[in-house]
Amino acid sequence: MSELVAEAHGHAPHEAHRDPMGTKIGMWLFLFTEVTLFGTIFIAYGVYLYMYRLDFQRASGELNIPIGAMNTIVLLTSSLTMALAIQALQRKKTGMSLGLMAVTVLCAVAFLVIKTFEWSAKFHHHIGPSGLDAFAPHMALRPMGERIFFGLYFTMAGIHALHVIIGGIAILFAMFRVKSGKSTWDKPEFVEYTGLYWHLVDLVWIYLFPLLYLIH
Amino acid sequence: MDHKRIGIMYLLAVGLFFTVGILFAVTFRLELFSPGQQFFSNGVYNRLLTTHAVIMIFLFIIPGIPAIFGNFLLPIMIGANDVSFPRLNLMSWYLFMIGALIAVTSVIMGGPDTGWTFYVPYSALTEGRVVLPIIAVFILGWSSILTGLNFVTTVHRLRAPSMPWFKMPLFVWAIYATSWIQVIATPVVGITLLLVLMERFMGIGIFDPTKGGDPVLYQHLFWIYSHPAVYIMILPAMGVASEIIPVFCRKTIFGYKFIAASSIAIAAIGSLVWAHHMFTSGIADYARILFSLLTFLVAIPSAVKVFNWMATMYKGSIRMETPFILTVIFIILFAIGGFTGLTHGALSTDIHLHDTSYVVAHFHYTMLGGGGVMFFAALHYWFPLMSGKMYNKKVANLGVALFFIGFNMVYIPLFIAGMYGMPRRYATYLPEYTIWHRTSTIGSWFLASGLILMLVNILWAAKKGQKCAPNPWKGLTLEWTVPMPPPEFQFKDVPVVTHGPYEYATGASHE
Amino acid sequence: MSHEAEHPHILPTSVYVAVWTGLIALTGVTVGAHYVDMRHLAIPAIMVVATVKATLVLLYFMHIRFEKPLFPLMIMVTLITYAIFVVLTFSDYLYR
Repeated sequence: MSELVAEAHGHAPHEAHRDPMGTKIGMWLFLFTEVTLFGTIFIAYGVYLYMYRLDFQRASGELNIPIGAMNTIVLLTSSLTMALAIQALQRKKTGMSLGLMAVTVLCAVAFLVIKTFEWSAKFHHHIGPSGLDAFAPHMALRPMGERIFFGLYFTMAGIHALHVIIGGIAILFAMFRVKSGKSTWDKPEFVEYTGLYWHLVDLVWIYLFPLLYLIH
Repeated sequence: MDHKRIGIMYLLAVGLFFTVGILFAVTFRLELFSPGQQFFSNGVYNRLLTTHAVIMIFLFIIPGIPAIFGNFLLPIMIGANDVSFPRLNLMSWYLFMIGALIAVTSVIMGGPDTGWTFYVPYSALTEGRVVLPIIAVFILGWSSILTGLNFVTTVHRLRAPSMPWFKMPLFVWAIYATSWIQVIATPVVGITLLLVLMERFMGIGIFDPTKGGDPVLYQHLFWIYSHPAVYIMILPAMGVASEIIPVFCRKTIFGYKFIAASSIAIAAIGSLVWAHHMFTSGIADYARILFSLLTFLVAIPSAVKVFNWMATMYKGSIRMETPFILTVIFIILFAIGGFTGLTHGALSTDIHLHDTSYVVAHFHYTMLGGGGVMFFAALHYWFPLMSGKMYNKKVANLGVALFFIGFNMVYIPLFIAGMYGMPRRYATYLPEYTIWHRTSTIGSWFLASGLILMLVNILWAAKKGQKCAPNPWKGLTLEWTVPMPPPEFQFKDVPVVTHGPYEYATGASHE
Repeated sequence: MSHEAEHPHILPTSVYVAVWTGLIALTGVTVGAHYVDMRHLAIPAIMVVATVKATLVLLYFMHIRFEKPLFPLMIMVTLITYAIFVVLTFSDYLYR
């Protein structure tokens, strides 16, 4: 992503023109790849939800709803602060923009910390991917659908957490660019696109949370 | 970061991998010269076969036309000096080479033995090297995605203001449609292969039937990408054909808008037919009927193209130069490939033909006879532009002839053997099939020597060829208005397009 | 080519906060609904709520409401393609 955005400011050998509309198209196309990427795992999830409806309900019931809800609120809030950071930058309030991005990064860290607690509690109860030696004996006692549910749970939440980390790093990078004057009110693309990426991470969680935690 | 240099670098790399892929094919065909075991154990045969397929699919035919000719020509054809994101373009190239190196490493370390489709549960269990090739395919996938992303943006943003959508050359339309498939479909296979790795290392159970997983789901997810991928392979080839035919017939292309629209239609419908690879996998009857119907629908836009090409040739003043000869061969071979495809699309006949060498012959007619032949047609058509030199046309035509004879010798017997029940991917066979396999193996020598002759001829010309006068084929598209070879910034001013790309009959010219 | 003047559409803070409030409220609705027995309507219901939330994020946080028509068009192309992938995959699983 940084690469995409760099083009907007980079000096293409000729013309050296900026094309914000072009980079925006590029960024959205990149987001589409993320949509079909997560979409594919959602298809797998949907298929097994259909096949093992009752097992999925039971396994889902073992997840901690308050923790999941808390993480949802953290992410939604971080999306708000990121959107406001971009707005502040466009209004030439650089300091405010930096502060709001810092809050966003803190939310990302909070999300990951909460996730770590949640996962270690699960591991403590011998719930994990059923092929790993540490969990295999206990997981083998569960019905097939529950094993698959937890396999998908750790895969989906794990890949999502990876995106949270990448997004967080991208925001730090955006802060650095704002601070050093490379991204300004009239050249806000990098910050804007980082924001788009961050909102996408939020979008994925909007579907992940109810599908993983709230299957009735 | 110059798009033309990147195109040439892709050409050299892809040309090399293609040659290696041919050598693998010729090698494992030797094993099939006679029934029983000749040179290789079954395990080695499996690895040779898989490596041939992985190289040809991921390192030759998917990047082939878009990465080489797309990169070199797409910006020139629309009057731009480069793609929208030149640095990203360079990054695609590096990703391609990294992926290729990982793939090569995996071959040296023993190679995968799963077939290029990496079907589970075998790929999650086998001792063969599947982890490295999967990582390689994942990285190559990203290279392909970034190239596609770059091209879509370029077509939207960098067209010369005087070139509206319906004055773009048809090659650009084809690349545009292809790029969309690359962007939307490639991540599907990327994540699916990662899920195979998760299955292998963590046993998450989704593809493991002993844990309640459904291996057929893998097939769904794999083919959601990999069927559209065959259109990534063939659409650019069709685009090249639409460029070459009017030039050598001195006629306007027949049905420009229909050809442009059929590219989009093929991309769209082609994304909806994947389960026809799975008719015998135990999917629902309802789904089989649906997918069979959708499969037959793809024939419509494909036929639109073929008939339009024929109509273009009708009453044209045809010059039988190498690129045009190759294009005609393409139409013949691709038509055979297309028609034999219908027998798979029909549910009843597919039960008989599935997983036989008939399938192997069918997809080689479409892929090598389609994508491969048009790769060579494009190479012979645009080589003068890329190098400023002309190759030896007689040698080129000799290569083409050898190839054409060899090609049919290899694959017609495989059709027949397949109809008699010869399974694909087997290292040995019953004595009844000897005649077919032996003809096929002998044919592979002709086929390979034809291809290698063409490649050597081109290499020789690049080094020692005669200088070529500008615009040797008298084309009307923008790439023939720039110096040969084009300088780094081909257009000092944005070119003004005054006529359509193929208005030969009206006497339009660049002079 | 890139010379059209770009006037970024700057939304007032109140809009963002309103959207955020809506999102939090909808999260509350889904969690609350979990404790109501809705039988087989439960999963469709949470999907509808999630989609409303996603649309809000897309339209306001991601500014799609204020972009040129090209962007909604591209998004529709992607989403429709994906939707067809889903429907066709389930044409197998629902009828096995």
